[in-house]
Order: sequence, then structure tokens, then C-alpha cells
Amino acid sequence: MTIAEMNFFQRMLYILERYGGSLAKGAATTMAIAIICTLLGCVIGFAVGLVQTTEPHKKDDIVKRGVLKVVKVILTAYVEIFRGTPMMLQAAFIYYGMSQLFGINLGMWSAAIIIVSVNTGAYMAETVRGGILSVDPGQSEGARAIGMSHFQTMLLVILPQALRNIMPQIGNNLIINIKDTCVLSIIGTVELFFTFRSISGALYTYFEAATVTMIIYFVLTFACSRILRYAESRMDGPSNFDLATTDTLAFTSGLTRYDEKKGGTH
Amino acid sequence: MDEILRIEHLVKTFGTNEVLRDIDFSVSKGDVISIIGASGSGKSTLLRCINMLEESTGGRILYHGRNILAGELDEDQYRTKVGMVFQSFNLFNNYTVLENCIIGQTHVLKRSRDAARDKALEYLSKVGMELYINAKPRQLSGGQKQRVAIARALAMDPEVLLFDEPTSALDPEMVGEVLDVMKDLAKSGMTMLVVTHEMAFARDVSTRVIYMAEGRIEEEGSPKELFNSPKSPRTKEFLSRFMQA
Ligand SMILES: Nc1ncnc2c1ncn2[C@@H]1O[C@H](COP(=O)(O)OP(=O)(O)O)[C@@H](O)[C@H]1O
Ligand SMILES: [Mg+2]
Repeated sequence: MTIAEMNFFQRMLYILERYGGSLAKGAATTMAIAIICTLLGCVIGFAVGLVQTTEPHKKDDIVKRGVLKVVKVILTAYVEIFRGTPMMLQAAFIYYGMSQLFGINLGMWSAAIIIVSVNTGAYMAETVRGGILSVDPGQSEGARAIGMSHFQTMLLVILPQALRNIMPQIGNNLIINIKDTCVLSIIGTVELFFTFRSISGALYTYFEAATVTMIIYFVLTFACSRILRYAESRMDGPSNFDLATTDTLAFTSGLTRYDEKKGGTH
Repeated sequence: MDEILRIEHLVKTFGTNEVLRDIDFSVSKGDVISIIGASGSGKSTLLRCINMLEESTGGRILYHGRNILAGELDEDQYRTKVGMVFQSFNLFNNYTVLENCIIGQTHVLKRSRDAARDKALEYLSKVGMELYINAKPRQLSGGQKQRVAIARALAMDPEVLLFDEPTSALDPEMVGEVLDVMKDLAKSGMTMLVVTHEMAFARDVSTRVIYMAEGRIEEEGSPKELFNSPKSPRTKEFLSRFMQA
């Protein structure tokens, strides 16, 4: 039976049989790039967001204030430029620019990771800034009032709460990255979309190949969004807590369950 | 008397708004000073300046003779000695009750975790919250949160505790449990500076009362002097209005 004689489902099965390996490889590449770049993007975003929410200390001299100001301007430019231009062009710009201007030939992987991370970082910087500002100022006053330094206050009190606040946006970014790695096909990265184009080009079965690839994309993004939901609820901790026993000298002894709904009210 | 804090000519302005004008008073070991006054008279700002959450505009704050406004003492180190309890509790939302009382001890005072845990449990028992060590702040009532906040401050072994209207954000039925803890603290000899609208507390528990009006100390004296025979007509008027309400 030739492809022309097959029906829709037979063609999809044929694609899976013949190109299952390539599709799995493409999907793995897509996921690897999306996960690595989302994590790196978060690191960049937290670094940039932290600097942008830093106010100069009243005792800082003019040099320190000046440096902070200049760094902030540079970071703002970075955020605006990378948010304001298409990632596909950024990929072409960096990949071909590096080789043409500096003679540096970025490998396919390093180019892909740099581009997506830097792009994610630009978005995350704004998210982190918002996440930090959304933490009640009372939290930092509570920390300062028991003698925590600015650094300790950020690390122990503000950033963990900011991270929890922005978990949904981090998940959003991961899902966007899974889909948007497709623009990397412009620099020849063999990810899922690139695989789709190869298959459909070889077989001339655009509809079936697109259906199969879409299903794969959807499974990937849906699984990620469920896993992140679960991570969020883990971060929140249980909705009820263990009431310690009255024997204050032996806190490790038996614990009784205490239901949040019956217990605390606001 | 063992003087801990001396406030001299303290001035604070927000833009052109003079919120504190030439404040002078001192706090000695064992003092329980209530600060009363109308809303907007600068009581919170005074506490926040003392604890350096707000930058003072002028004057001196001497801690055992050292001017903290001139940087004669490390700011963070000073704050461990002068604790603060806020109207809005400000417990760390990302930690359990026990962790709230431990984290400052281990990270700021560099105590061992075991020592910090023992101390936290000691003070949590003192405020009657030892059963709730595993709860997160969001799972507690307002009164419970405030008692944990007091335990958190005490666990740092401060010399003075500042309270900014600790019961104002509470439902009426929870005011008593927090005031009881504060009374016990006062009885145990803790040095306290309490901004409050609880006139019974000011009258019965404190050793001294300060009445503030428009950023100035209008009158200062023993509870008896202030409540029974106020010298200033403004104090008299404030008290009579307050007692009616
Ligand atoms: N951060 C601020 N910026 C400008 N004005 C402020 C600020 N905080 C307080 N004030 C002003 O200072 C005055 C005293 O406020 P506050 O100390 O909170 O009074 P109280 O605690 O006695 O009610 C008020 O007029 C208030 O509007
Ligand atoms: Mg106030």
C-alpha cells in the first residue's frame, strides 16, 4: 500500500512507525532546551529583578549610587530590547552575527540555549520584579526588626515568597518555551518542529504530520502544567497542621491532627 | 537607674510635614512606658525612628550612651537589642510558627539550631502557642499571630520591646489574650514601650505614660498623675473624650 492509498489514521500510524524515533528525538531536544532555558532564564530573571528592586542605601556614597544607576539602565535596555523583538530574529542576529562579526561559530546547542535563556530572562526579570514588589512590605520590616541584614531579608523571607507568587508565570514561560523553540529551526536546531517539517517534506502528508506533532506538543505542555501545579501545592504545604501534644517537654511524641477549617480564622 | 535608651531632640519630617518635633525622653531598665495620643500624632513614627525603620531627620538616639543615628553602633546589631511588635504582626508567611521564632536566632545571633529551638519553645510556651509550632501564619487567628510575633521578638533576647498598637488589628474577643501576655511580660521585668489605645493597660500596667499631640510630648508622668490629675488642658480633653468613647 502506498501512502496515497492510505486513510488518515493509517498515514498517522505510518508516520509514527517510520519517524517515531526522530519525533522522540525532536521532542527530547525541545524539552531539554525548554527546561534548561526556563531554569537559566529564572536565574537571569532573579538576578536582574533583584538589582532593579534594590534601592540605594542612605549611607552609600556617590560612586556606589552611580554604578547602581548605570547597571539599572543597562538592565532595563536588555529587558526592553529582548521583550520587544521577535525571538526568531534574535536567533538569527546572535547566531549569524557572532560568526560574521567575531568569527565565533556558536554550536547549534549553545546558540539555542543562549538565545532562549536570554529571552526568557528578559521576561522573567519583569515577573520577578513584580513578584518582589507584591510581597507585603511588612514582611521585610518584620525581618529587619529582628536584625536581619538586607541580604538575609531577601534570601530568607522575600525571595521565597516572590518565587511562590510567580510560580504560575514560571510555568507559563516553560510552556511558551516548549512551543517557541520552534523558531530555532531557523538556525538548524533539530527540535520537534524541525522534525515535523522534515517528515511532511519527505512524505507530502502535511495534515497527518501536523496532527501527530500537535498531539506531541500538547502532551508535553499539558504534562508540564500538571507537574507545576503539583509543585505549587507542595510549596504551600499541607492545608492542616499537626497540633503538638500538651507535653511540652517531648515534642516528638504523638501528634494529633488539627483541621485548618476548624482552627484558625482570620 | 539603668538607662537603656535616651531620645534627645528627635525630629522627623516627611517632606514639609513635621511629624516629630523635639522629642525628649529616656527608657530605663524595667520601664513599661505607654504612649497614648490621637491618631496621626506621630506615635508610630516615633517607634519606627527608635527602631530605625524610619530615618530620623534630626536629634540623637543614645543606646547605652552611643548615638545610633551617627552610626556608633551597627544598625542590625542594635535592632536585635530593640525588638518590635507590629500592629499587623508581620510574621514570615513562608515559615511555620516554630521556624518564625528560630530563623532570627540562627541567622542573626548565630545560635545553634538546638539552642534556638529550645529558646523558641520556651517563649512559645510562655505565650501559650506551643501547641501550634507546626502551623503556618495563615492558619492562625489574629490573636494567635500576635502572640507568636511576641515570642519571635522575645527569642532574640532584646533589652527593650517596642509595641505599635499590638491589639488594634484584632477582633475584640482576642484583645484580652494578647494583653494578658503583655501584662505577664511587664510583671517579669521586661522593658517595654507600648503605643496603645487600651487605656486600662496604660493606667494599670505601665510605670509611665506619655501623651503625644501633634508630634510633641504634651505630658509625661506616672499613670496616676496623668489619668487622675493631668496638668495640660489638652491631655485632659483627650482623656475625657477617650473615656466617653
Ligand atoms: N511614610 C510617610 N510619608 C508621609 N507621611 C507620613 C508617613 N508616615 C506617617 N506620615 C504622617 O505622619 C503623621 C503621623 O503618623 P503616625 O506616626 O502614623 O501617627 P500615629 O501612629 O500617632 O497615628 C501623619 O500625619 C501621617 O500622615
Ligand atoms: Mg500608628
